[in-house]
Amino acid sequence: MLRLIGGRLVQIAVTLVVVSALSWLAMGLMPGDPLDLAMLGDPTLTAADLAKLREIHGLDRPLHERYLAWAAAVLRGDFGYSRLYSVPVQAVLWPALGSTLVLLGWALALAAGGGVLLGVAGAVRPGLGRLADGFSILVQATPAFWLGLLLIILFAVTLGWLPAGGVAEDAGLVEALRFLVLPVATLALVNMAAYARHGLAAMQAELAAPYIRTARMKGLSEGAVLWRHAFPNAAVPLVTIAALDAGALVSGALVTETIFARPGMGKLIYDSVMGNDYNLALLALLLAALVTMLATLAADVAQRLIDPRLAG
Amino acid sequence: MRLWLGLGLLALLAAGAAGAGLVRDWLGHDPFAPDLFLRYAEASAAHPLGTDELGRDILLRLLFGARVSLVVGLTVALGATLLGTAAGLAAAWRGGWLDAVLMRLADGLLSLPALPLLIVLAAIDTGRFGLPRGEAGSDIARITVILTLFGWVGVARLARAAALTQLSLDYVAAARVAGASEPRVLLRHVLPNILGPIAVATALAVAGAVLAESTLSFLGLGIQPPAPSWGNMLANAQEMVFAAPWAAVWPGVAILLTVAGCSLLADGVRGRLPR
Repeated sequence: MLRLIGGRLVQIAVTLVVVSALSWLAMGLMPGDPLDLAMLGDPTLTAADLAKLREIHGLDRPLHERYLAWAAAVLRGDFGYSRLYSVPVQAVLWPALGSTLVLLGWALALAAGGGVLLGVAGAVRPGLGRLADGFSILVQATPAFWLGLLLIILFAVTLGWLPAGGVAEDAGLVEALRFLVLPVATLALVNMAAYARHGLAAMQAELAAPYIRTARMKGLSEGAVLWRHAFPNAAVPLVTIAALDAGALVSGALVTETIFARPGMGKLIYDSVMGNDYNLALLALLLAALVTMLATLAADVAQRLIDPRLAG
Repeated sequence: MRLWLGLGLLALLAAGAAGAGLVRDWLGHDPFAPDLFLRYAEASAAHPLGTDELGRDILLRLLFGARVSLVVGLTVALGATLLGTAAGLAAAWRGGWLDAVLMRLADGLLSLPALPLLIVLAAIDTGRFGLPRGEAGSDIARITVILTLFGWVGVARLARAAALTQLSLDYVAAARVAGASEPRVLLRHVLPNILGPIAVATALAVAGAVLAESTLSFLGLGIQPPAPSWGNMLANAQEMVFAAPWAAVWPGVAILLTVAGCSLLADGVRGRLPR
């Protein structure tokens, strides 16, 4: 187990280095460098001033030299400043991460819980099973941003029950939760399909196994057969889904935040890429990648804890 | 059943995309020309699905958008299938370091959140490579390349798994004993036997590409207006939720039907594969 974790941490570190280098390159290839923007803001700057500024800030150096200098600074804990927000990058990064993790946590819990319940119910009653299957295909095909729009139209515009977006400013817990309902529902529904489909298939397979007949023959109640015998075995592939879907969940969270105007990692990445805030964009991107990979690792570890056969 | 339902849905969409010109002539509007006196018109005989924020016909833009979305989806899937099959076959056949490198790369790509990386890639200034920018055709090419870079992974994993199974079978050994060259073994013997799983992966790749293209276009990083795409039609609709909710419904339905059609097709093909 420790070897698995150690090996994966090395792999995560390597991936982060590769992603940061490639993103650095990609951002070097985006239109506009910081001085183009400075020039726009201050018409009195001359070409000589710009050349001097380029030299002072090292912008005349080749991309790879600048990357190494940046990487060295980050490793020393110096994350630099955000151009858009004019504060150190950490000051916007951590609150955004917190907000996104809250959204991710609720959505994952609801998606997995709801999907599993749907799958189990479908395995017990074939009619419900077909319903769960159709629901999964439909939901899986729904783009997250469109589902968000529909929910806004229904619950915010037509019924007026919930806010269409944003976050509660210094309001109570209840008010903050009201702002969470629609984003969480959007993200949870879109991600529920995978759990429902695989939960259904896994439970159907387990319920057909001979040990279930044995358990029933012993006179166990149907609830005990279902939850004590079949479910723990069916849960292993479901944890795999959680590991495989971590990337999709984080991507979905980013879209969801954009639609509901929630200040989180998604909006941060989008705004900083669009606003030429390279420093912030790069670190936010790396943080999103790190969170995803750690989530995948956590799911893999959980899988080995549940199923001793995999630990070997 | 699923196979036919999926094929039917996709045929319907393809017919819509192909017949877009005919519908335009019949209705007599230009889907690109704004008509500011007709903003947010409700559905009528002249505009069966109403008009958008610039007074353009929504039905026509949907049909012309289908061309863009389907072209991107199919091209990405084709590229991803070719790349992924080649990578999967090579990894299964050569094994060793090549297998390790390709599969680590695939794992790495799968474990990353795709969307933020797509956003960064889509924001690259293609003008710096001397490529044209800002035209509909160049948008389509740019998005297609970016999505293919991510799309091959799924195909490669399925192709590798299927090829590994086939390579261990006796008929491969028999072909080798009979003097078949390695390329012949791979292309004439192994490849035809793994086409089933590859077809499933291709259908799923179309679905993924259509979803990803619409998401990027929705965020303003994909197909740029005035060229219609289902995603960028919704980008406008978001601002119009209060004025014209119906404008937000149709493009989403089109995406939903396309992706569901592809998934049903993939399910149907998978169900018919020999086990």
